[in-house]
Amino acid sequence: MNKKIITSAHGGGGTATKEIIDIVREYLGNPVLDQLGDSALLNLGSTEIAFTTDSYVIDPIVFPGGDIGKIAVCGTVNDIAMEGAKPLYMSLSLILEEGLEFELLERVIASVSSAARKADVLVVTGDTKVVEHGRAGGGLFINTAAVGRRYEGCNTSVSNAAPGDLVVVTGTIGDHGVTIINEREELDLESDLQSDVAPLNTLVDELLTSVPGIKSLRDPTRGGLAAALCDIAGASKAGIEIEEDKIKVKREVKAACDLLGFDPLNIANEGKAVIVCSEDSAQKVLEICSDNEFGRESVLIGRVVSEHPETVVLRTRMGGKRIVDMPRGENLPRIC
Amino acid sequence: MTVDKLVESISNKSDRIGRTVNLMEVCGTHTMAAFRSGIRTRLPEQVRLLSGPGCPVCVTSDNYIDHAIELAMTENTIITTFGDMMRVPGSRGSLSLAKARGKDIRVIYSPQQALVAARKNPGREVIFLGVGFETTTPLVAWTIQNAYSRKMPNYSVLCAHKTIMPAMRALCDSDDVRVDGFLCPGHVSVITGAEIYKPLCREYHAPCVIAGFEPEDILLSIDMLLNQIISGEASVEIQYTRSVTAAGNKLAQKCVNDVFKPCDASWRGMGVIPSSGLSVRSSYKEYDAELKFPRIRVSEVKRDTGCRCGDVLRAVITPSECGLFKKECTPDNPIGPCMVSSEGTCAAYYRYSRIDE
Amino acid sequence: MCLAVPVKIVSLSKDRYTAVVDAGGVRREANVAMIEEPQVGDYILLHAGFAIQKWSIDDVKEYNEIIQRREDSIE
Repeated sequence: MNKKIITSAHGGGGTATKEIIDIVREYLGNPVLDQLGDSALLNLGSTEIAFTTDSYVIDPIVFPGGDIGKIAVCGTVNDIAMEGAKPLYMSLSLILEEGLEFELLERVIASVSSAARKADVLVVTGDTKVVEHGRAGGGLFINTAAVGRRYEGCNTSVSNAAPGDLVVVTGTIGDHGVTIINEREELDLESDLQSDVAPLNTLVDELLTSVPGIKSLRDPTRGGLAAALCDIAGASKAGIEIEEDKIKVKREVKAACDLLGFDPLNIANEGKAVIVCSEDSAQKVLEICSDNEFGRESVLIGRVVSEHPETVVLRTRMGGKRIVDMPRGENLPRIC
Repeated sequence: MTVDKLVESISNKSDRIGRTVNLMEVCGTHTMAAFRSGIRTRLPEQVRLLSGPGCPVCVTSDNYIDHAIELAMTENTIITTFGDMMRVPGSRGSLSLAKARGKDIRVIYSPQQALVAARKNPGREVIFLGVGFETTTPLVAWTIQNAYSRKMPNYSVLCAHKTIMPAMRALCDSDDVRVDGFLCPGHVSVITGAEIYKPLCREYHAPCVIAGFEPEDILLSIDMLLNQIISGEASVEIQYTRSVTAAGNKLAQKCVNDVFKPCDASWRGMGVIPSSGLSVRSSYKEYDAELKFPRIRVSEVKRDTGCRCGDVLRAVITPSECGLFKKECTPDNPIGPCMVSSEGTCAAYYRYSRIDE
Repeated sequence: MCLAVPVKIVSLSKDRYTAVVDAGGVRREANVAMIEEPQVGDYILLHAGFAIQKWSIDDVKEYNEIIQRREDSIE
């Protein structure tokens, strides 16, 4: 009874997930892995590449705004793009459960195809496995890997933020997480919300090829904006201060969060980037983002400061302050 | 009044009083709202907000959690619960761990979903973990009435509902707690009405203001409490007039009285408080999980962890005065309930605590 | 201790205790057994899926005035 076991909290992307990573590092740690980026940065002779892998177990398989196929492509290319590289090739491994309808499988593959076209990557290798009924969450899991070519002279690591830099978010937060929660949690919530799942590599391409002052990029997926900012503050050993009233939250997202007792800052996004840039390039960053279909709502939310290193502080609407902490465990609806 | 004007007014009144004033926000949702909006960082030093025992999850005893886990381990059961309860440690792990071991434990948003689960699974026993104060109790009472009228045989409630007044009295009676005024729980008062706090004013001369949950509501309520302190009054005032009346919600009260009766209840950190709990009346006894599934292992494992949640819940100490706080006890490895519940005082302090300028 | 949010009744069902409510574009079923004479268009306070109080027009106005300065009102 007292053996330590995995609970759903370990999948939340917050501090519990770190316990798993610690074991992996203990046995497998090496200078590349220890960077803990979304992708590994490698030198193959004269070529610098980014290499990533990811698994998708989303339930439901189809949700408003996308499906597991679209999210598998977008999530993977975004991981490459955030490390300052251009995604080129990816793999697709399907773990299918007995009983899955071919029609649904085909829908997912078609969706992989259109997302890959949009992101301008090729699926070049793959694998399929079939498992017994009940062993793949009622449908299918997807595992991917991808490689990308690094942009010349660009380093977008989360450790590059320095006091004086500014923080931009490319739109509203919490759309994806709340959409999925509405679908899944036996909560019976209905809304017109859609997941924001989108490939961000074209936007990153425009930024990295025309603005020299990009310091850090991060996509605020699991753990939401809070986790992304805590990562940057922690890795850069700097403080971050953000303004509550600058952060855009859709009315439906806020309403669902109020109902269920969630903080929109902790909710996952699948089509947003957090951009830290030098003060003099912020204007240009906002212009480029606003001209891109996936960055129309981009907004400056705060700055990097020398006070309270490794800590993210939110200036609240009422002029108070609070610490934004790394989310823990999973979001469960609360009555309190 | 704008936030800035309210803050200014509170500062002026605090200067007039000229000593430290301890105000207790009884309700955990107030604790959360105050931290999340940064109210504490805008109050003058001499106005201190203490957090009270109004977090139902925090005051739930080990014994109850152990019983719930025992039920989860029982053949053919489905446990339905509010999300708040999942990570609370009993003496032998939490519901979250039991779920990870494959037990059928479902987090729901509304107690009505527990009834739906019972209807959809006629061959299995659906048990709802009934925790919460006066706001939540009527909802659970309604599910029992509904199950009774539909003659639903496979639904029951493991009841740990509590009432807040006896706990507030116990605080006023204890020698080591010094409270100059109460921010009374807004949503509890929606059900009970404002009248229930009268004895606190009469017997203990404690100012009471029933507060809403927006930052402006809380600030205005603090301002109202300071007014009472300055004038030496002690009365019950309603700041949260848009939701709270003097008499409360009669339909909800009727529903609760029909299904539940008062009983003594054990509060974590405060011990047994007479008539502070509710149990299912015998007319509905087939819906009382306590009777339906008697405890198998009654031996309660006493855990001596050094946890001082009890003192935190009574506002005798602040979380940082507990030896475990931020050391052994963190939100990832919560030792006491005040760290487990997201609205627990320790968790709130850990997450949002005052930022030293 | 208790989260509750204002929502608007958009429809009522025949069983006299179920309504569909809307909160900022999010809809769900709510139990309205605990309030007197629920009507479509009423604002109610929702706690864990149950209406625990009805708001008057003035209550809604007061709330909106507080919220107005910060975000979209619920009207």
